[in-house]
Amino acid sequence: MNKVIRIFIKDSTLIPVISIVLGLLIGALIMLLGAYNPIRAYASLIEKAFGDLYSIGETIRQITPLIFTGLSVAFAFRIGLFNIGAEGQFIIGSVTAAFVGIQFDLPWYIHVPFAVVAGGIAGGLWGSLAGLLKVYRGVHEVIATIMLNWIALYLSNYIVKFFLIEPGQQRSRILSDSSWLSSSWLSQLFDGARIHYGILLGLICTFLFYVILWKTRQGYELRAVGYNPDASEYAGIHVKKNIVRSMMVSGVFAGLGGASEVLGVFHYQTIHSVFPGHGFEGIAVALLGGNTAVGTILGAVLFGVLTFGATGMKFGAGVPIEIINIVIALVIFFVAASGLVKAIIDKVKKKIISGGSSLPTSQDWKKGV
Amino acid sequence: MERQTVIEMRNITKRFPGIVANDAVNLQVRQGEIHALLGENGAGKSTLMNVLFGLYQPDEGDIYIRGEKVEITDPNVANDLGIGMVHQHFMLIDTFTVAQNIILGSEPKKKGWRIDYNKSVEEIQQLSEKYGLRVDPHAKIKDISVGMQQRVEILKILYRGADILIFDEPTAVLTPQEIQELITIFKNLVKEGKTILLITHKLKEIMATCDRVTIIRRGKVIDGSLEVSQTTPDELAAKMVGKEVKFKVDKKDAVPGHPVLSVKHVTAYDNRGIKKLNDISFEVKAGEILGIAGVDGNGQSELIDVISGLRPVASGEILLMDRPIHHLSPRKISERGVGHIPEDRQKRGLILDFSIAENMVLKNYHQPEFSNRGFLNYKKVREHAARLIAEFDIRTPDESVKAGALSGGNQQKVIIAREVNHNPDLLIAAQPTRGLDVGAIEFVHRRLVEQRDKKKAVLLISLDLDELLNLSDRIAVLYEGQIVGIVDPRETNEKDLGLMMSGGKTNSGSWGA
Repeated sequence: MNKVIRIFIKDSTLIPVISIVLGLLIGALIMLLGAYNPIRAYASLIEKAFGDLYSIGETIRQITPLIFTGLSVAFAFRIGLFNIGAEGQFIIGSVTAAFVGIQFDLPWYIHVPFAVVAGGIAGGLWGSLAGLLKVYRGVHEVIATIMLNWIALYLSNYIVKFFLIEPGQQRSRILSDSSWLSSSWLSQLFDGARIHYGILLGLICTFLFYVILWKTRQGYELRAVGYNPDASEYAGIHVKKNIVRSMMVSGVFAGLGGASEVLGVFHYQTIHSVFPGHGFEGIAVALLGGNTAVGTILGAVLFGVLTFGATGMKFGAGVPIEIINIVIALVIFFVAASGLVKAIIDKVKKKIISGGSSLPTSQDWKKGV
Repeated sequence: MERQTVIEMRNITKRFPGIVANDAVNLQVRQGEIHALLGENGAGKSTLMNVLFGLYQPDEGDIYIRGEKVEITDPNVANDLGIGMVHQHFMLIDTFTVAQNIILGSEPKKKGWRIDYNKSVEEIQQLSEKYGLRVDPHAKIKDISVGMQQRVEILKILYRGADILIFDEPTAVLTPQEIQELITIFKNLVKEGKTILLITHKLKEIMATCDRVTIIRRGKVIDGSLEVSQTTPDELAAKMVGKEVKFKVDKKDAVPGHPVLSVKHVTAYDNRGIKKLNDISFEVKAGEILGIAGVDGNGQSELIDVISGLRPVASGEILLMDRPIHHLSPRKISERGVGHIPEDRQKRGLILDFSIAENMVLKNYHQPEFSNRGFLNYKKVREHAARLIAEFDIRTPDESVKAGALSGGNQQKVIIAREVNHNPDLLIAAQPTRGLDVGAIEFVHRRLVEQRDKKKAVLLISLDLDELLNLSDRIAVLYEGQIVGIVDPRETNEKDLGLMMSGGKTNSGSWGA
């Protein structure tokens, strides 16, 4: 029991929770300024996200890609790399899966895994490009991945235009249904929502994320390099190899996300004029989740619920959808400015302490007292 | 003559959850004296100084500065009271000049908005002359030595008008020569009426510089205001640690055997491409400790790196048990039987965010004992660590504690446990006792001698001449990337070594003898 309490008063848990609360509160204030009713707005947000089976299915659909990109960013973070490129890896994954889905005609039990794996591998290779550039040419991964995002976007558009185009449309032909990750059975279970088996793949990836980092030899090396490359080199760990590998795994997660989205939701690849944005949202998800497996899921759920539920706010309370972007931005802001939140936590704790109880302050946690 | 008391801390108590860092501590410092605050790591010295400097607020007790009761709520208040602190880790901006660093935050202005550099340089020169702090105001911080950087730190607080100067372990990063110069600077400062409070655990320095000493052990004052002239290093050590401490390491005469490590005509360059090892040759034999003496920066780091495989050899060869190792990876070299206690334990030796257990297998996590089909057996890893923790008396609640949460001495014990547990033929010990307290130093020294007595070779690289003279069976002096002489510690002394280290005298009669 004590252990459970400890988890909840730990900073790594408290800070995101308080950030979310602060974000929602300030969002409410902004709604009040605009003469909207925040209670009704949030109520209709929840209603929209969880009101019926269809909504729940659609919310899960919204959450699914965020799990993948969140894992992607979190994994690279663990090795000390900032992967802005989940976006590009996601696109490469989806276009590769679309290519396999359109150009091949196979029985579903071969076609689905083939398309999924192809998307994952393509995303992984795309990610490792940034790793190779960093290791052999000293290009910072932030720069490399931003550039590779644009290359991925236009490469995808090129492939769609020249190989997969549906005449007269700004998108590819429909994937042959033997490659779909969705099924009418699952969809009907949720009143026709576009929920698909990608969510299972996402949960498996989350499990793998945990196992790789915390149970395997490779994960030990990766974490060592992430915490201290000098000591890793001294210990005989090949730092460069590990950087490339981590970018590859990170890319695989994002690529699988792209594959799952195209195979599960759209069944075609559009010609994008702007980034779909799942990769960028993944950065926020990873940040909120503290780069942990469970945290990433929770982060993805939060962002999925907020973005999907936002449409409900418009109908239920007349609040513009954009308000939810302000709330999300505020949550990210408070997580990023964790020092600010920590100061608030410490003040509250001090009050509790002087009231007789003795909860340790966050500074003491840091010291490991 | 009784001098005025400038600092008086009365019954200072500072608690952290689970620990009383300062327990009713009293400290009295007189005008114009050098007062030492002596205690082991974790005794509460730093907490007390942070209270004085306004970084912590005491739970109980009062502070009086020049007889007046004060509330030091933050470091700015301390500055206004004329208290300045030179931290162990310097707070300087590398790419700024000396003058820019000194005036930072209190720049002299011309016409109200332009920084008056000429005036500041002039003022800095006046200060330098007054206190004998030679610096070039126009040099950039990154281009000057650590000793110089420390002078800049001192000038920085003098420039702000401090007359009570706190030094936190000021000699930890200095060479013997620089320490001598710092002591001269201390004397100059005191002559000009400044008061110095010195935080240290080095007894020799206290004996050489201080007037009085306050000893803290486990948060309590053991002896307040002891006159240094009335005491001995042995008494100080006993009071600091709470038991008798041996300074001399008991060791039998060495019985050197066959050569374990042979370095032959090795040349190597540093990261900037400057030649740091120049055709260097020497041997370390089984059953001996070879000490490497030298002023910091004469090739020590590069020597350690080439032997352990972290830096390529430009020419020459390195043999371990007659087999070449200079082309091998760090891991291969370690597996051939080289243990390495790195000079920077936090940067190289440990992963501070890893648990003790994870750190204990840093070198051999990949071996079948811990690794099976790509999976790490964390149960075995923990058991392995628990065994070493018991064997090496590492003070920690358990093996899951992060290495970063341990004291310096216990961190070093973790490294030594890991490196000695391999039972290596050659143990490289680089600055193995830097920053450790007396008790931990004794432990490290004993372990090194134990390795030697087990017929293993030990290469000891240290800037601490006492340590070299005490432990080594032979001392090789490194100067500008070459061995300028190998001497028998029983037939030499600090002065002779110092001369050789500065290139003044060579003793080339006994190459590799």
